[in-house]
Amino acid sequence: MIGALLRLLLTSIVSVFGLTLLTFFISRQASSPLHFYRSDNVFTQYFEYLGFLFKGDWGKSSLNGSDVLTELLKHFPATFELLIFALFIAIFFGLLLGILAAKHRGGWLDNGLMGATLVGYSMPIFWWGLLLVLFFSLYLGITPVAGRIDYQYYIKPVTRFMLVDTLISNHHYGFAAFFNALNHLILPAITLSWVPMTIMARMTRSSLVNILKFEYIRTARSKGLSQTRIIWVHALRNAMQSLLTISSLQISILITGLIITEYIFAWPGVGNWLLNAVSRQDYPSIQAGILALSSIVIIFNLLLDLVANYLDPKKRRPI
Amino acid sequence: MSLTACQPDPSPNKQTKRSLLVYCAEGSPVTLNPQTSTSGTTVDATSATIFNQLIDYVPGTTNLRPSLATGWQISETGLIYRFDIRTGVHFQSNQYFSPSRPLNADDVIFSLNRQRLKEHPLYKLSDSRYPYFQGQGLSQLITDIRKINDHQIEIELSRPESPFLSILATPFIPIQSKEYAEQLEKQNQLALYDKFPIGTGPFSFVGYEVDSYIRFKRFDEHFAYKSQIKDLVYAITPDPAMRFARFAAGECDVMRYPLPIHLKLAAQQDSIESIQTPGLNVAYWAFNTQKEPFNNPKVRKALSLAINRQAIIRSVYNNQAVLAEGPLAPTSWAYQQSETPIEYNPEKAKQLLTEAGYPGGFKLDIWAMPVQRGYNPNARKMAEMIQQNLLEIGVVSEIVSYQWGTFLRRVRFGQHQTVLLGWNADNGDPNNFLTPLLSCLASQDRSNYSRWCHQEFDQIIMQARQESDPEIRKEHYHKAQKLLSKELPWMPIAHAQNSLLVRSDIHGLRQSPLGGISFEGIGFEPTVKSTPTEPESLTTDKTSQERQP
Repeated sequence: MIGALLRLLLTSIVSVFGLTLLTFFISRQASSPLHFYRSDNVFTQYFEYLGFLFKGDWGKSSLNGSDVLTELLKHFPATFELLIFALFIAIFFGLLLGILAAKHRGGWLDNGLMGATLVGYSMPIFWWGLLLVLFFSLYLGITPVAGRIDYQYYIKPVTRFMLVDTLISNHHYGFAAFFNALNHLILPAITLSWVPMTIMARMTRSSLVNILKFEYIRTARSKGLSQTRIIWVHALRNAMQSLLTISSLQISILITGLIITEYIFAWPGVGNWLLNAVSRQDYPSIQAGILALSSIVIIFNLLLDLVANYLDPKKRRPI
Repeated sequence: MSLTACQPDPSPNKQTKRSLLVYCAEGSPVTLNPQTSTSGTTVDATSATIFNQLIDYVPGTTNLRPSLATGWQISETGLIYRFDIRTGVHFQSNQYFSPSRPLNADDVIFSLNRQRLKEHPLYKLSDSRYPYFQGQGLSQLITDIRKINDHQIEIELSRPESPFLSILATPFIPIQSKEYAEQLEKQNQLALYDKFPIGTGPFSFVGYEVDSYIRFKRFDEHFAYKSQIKDLVYAITPDPAMRFARFAAGECDVMRYPLPIHLKLAAQQDSIESIQTPGLNVAYWAFNTQKEPFNNPKVRKALSLAINRQAIIRSVYNNQAVLAEGPLAPTSWAYQQSETPIEYNPEKAKQLLTEAGYPGGFKLDIWAMPVQRGYNPNARKMAEMIQQNLLEIGVVSEIVSYQWGTFLRRVRFGQHQTVLLGWNADNGDPNNFLTPLLSCLASQDRSNYSRWCHQEFDQIIMQARQESDPEIRKEHYHKAQKLLSKELPWMPIAHAQNSLLVRSDIHGLRQSPLGGISFEGIGFEPTVKSTPTEPESLTTDKTSQERQP
């Protein structure tokens, strides 16, 4: 177990090195140097660069001279809030739909769901986001179009997690501001979670269907266990391992979608910030944005691998 | 896709008493100090809100009026400008600063010198330096700024320059507080000066969350007027479709930069009004007059006659533009209607070509700018239409395009034969068009892309620049325009309109021909659509005789 853990950590560290190497070269594109290096050698400069990153000196924006790390941290909570929500929707509804389809495999529910997920899966989310806005915000008028909260609420940014901040300044507006903020999260989260959710549903279904063909399932069935119990207790646990592997791929899809989603919903997160930095060729900020978003992918992957390891006894082998 | 077809009646009246105005902006300003940027986004966020200049434009026009300066006198030589500074003007306050005194001459000198003198304590605060101030050559133009007394200053110029007042009226030269800088310096926090801006304008700055919003509140001690808006929010929404959706859903009251489709939708709705101001800009088709056969005025004339410009206005601009006859738009005070407007006449064009020695036509390239600009929403389409028109007179053309930076560089060095470009004015002075676009100096690898250098024309605009009497200036400019319509170094195409969408229960919002907005006369009561009330003009001091028209 500890060996596996070490191995995972090692891969993550290698990825981080590769990543910083990339951002190091991006940072060198800036018209004025990001950091003052003592050495002339690119190789030693890279290690100096790592040192700067560790110390929290990520350089200054080439646009207005503001500290890049501070700006990044300002944008991070919005991204995190959205990401967690979208992840929850993707996993929860993805699993649920997949299980439903597997349970009724071959039936109309299965065919219908799989058809729908195929459509959803191949839909460009930029367009999908606009469609959602058109229907829910403009036609039904039940969700806001964009932003994080209505402007009649003035919420002082404290933690910058809007849901937390609205609760902190609760004495002004009661829970109204909190629910308003929650309402603002719905459409962006659905838009963002859409592709991963449909992939999740399809994968859940196919791996469950596979597992249901195994001998031990037939044994369980012959023991008279109900279909529901077989799926939830026996099949799902075994399907979980492959699903977790797939989930780690979903994270990178989610991050790509994040940039587009944040742009359309005017969501002030890291993705939007990175996009702005790219269009303005602000290399110090580009470097930081890439570092942050890729780190999210690496960290999520690490966590999922750990869970998969825990669940799979075969993988708990010593080195 | 029609956003409005299925839209329920928006109900913006979520508040009991209407005092919040939400303005859907197109992007995040890089800085909140317009001294340090030339971007329109920064100007929108600051000049209608936080700051005032010495002089400003009457909202919706390019006419100058007194602002923080109540009046000014110009010496006989045209070299010394004396300004009377308004008394009783208060500065805003914030968590770092509470002013102990009203505005005086020190603040004015401090603000101007920041952009001019390297030894100024704040000069180095901004990395971008002062692009507008430096770009206009004001550091060389201004030789000295003197304090006469607490409410009078004198500015000395190195040469007579009549556009000077118009330049001072641009939002890039705001008046800021000297005392604020001193207090921050004492607290060792000078870096906050541009981040938490303090000015004398009608709204004070509350907070700015990048990519999200900018929040302002009414500054109750503003010297000229008290707005009906108590809270003002700039909601930053970069995607135009979403900006319109927010507007349609009632999340914002004003929408910046609508697309032509939005204007069409707005026209079908009673609850939305579009404000369209003829812009002080021009789109043109420049001929490289240093190359054969474009050095022949007859050829240039022939090519101009061959183009159906009305069709371009219709399909490229969706009719959101007026036909241009010269560089100056009808909104400019020096504009004169052309006696010889360029007609669409392919027959005459052919005849002229034959006279010029090209009876069978020739080949040319048309460089079309690759980006969308207010003055030219689609240069590619425009080039294609011109291409079609040229075929009719036997001229075969090829459309050329490069990535924007490369494009501009190559055009600057004259690699093109003809090019479609345009210009947006930054101040209301006619010189702002003629010198950068058509003077000899600018033809040397600068912004005169027809590379046209005409001694007589150059003399006329130089005289106009040094003359301070507006009537005489006007005559010079009329002469210049006449010369241009004879010589046609470029074919003027259009003056595009600036447009803005606003809910129709809001009235009095103004947009300047230069593009800026003004909240000055704004009111919330629903009024008759056709008659927006005139904002009260600022109290004009009687001493201001020397004003440009």
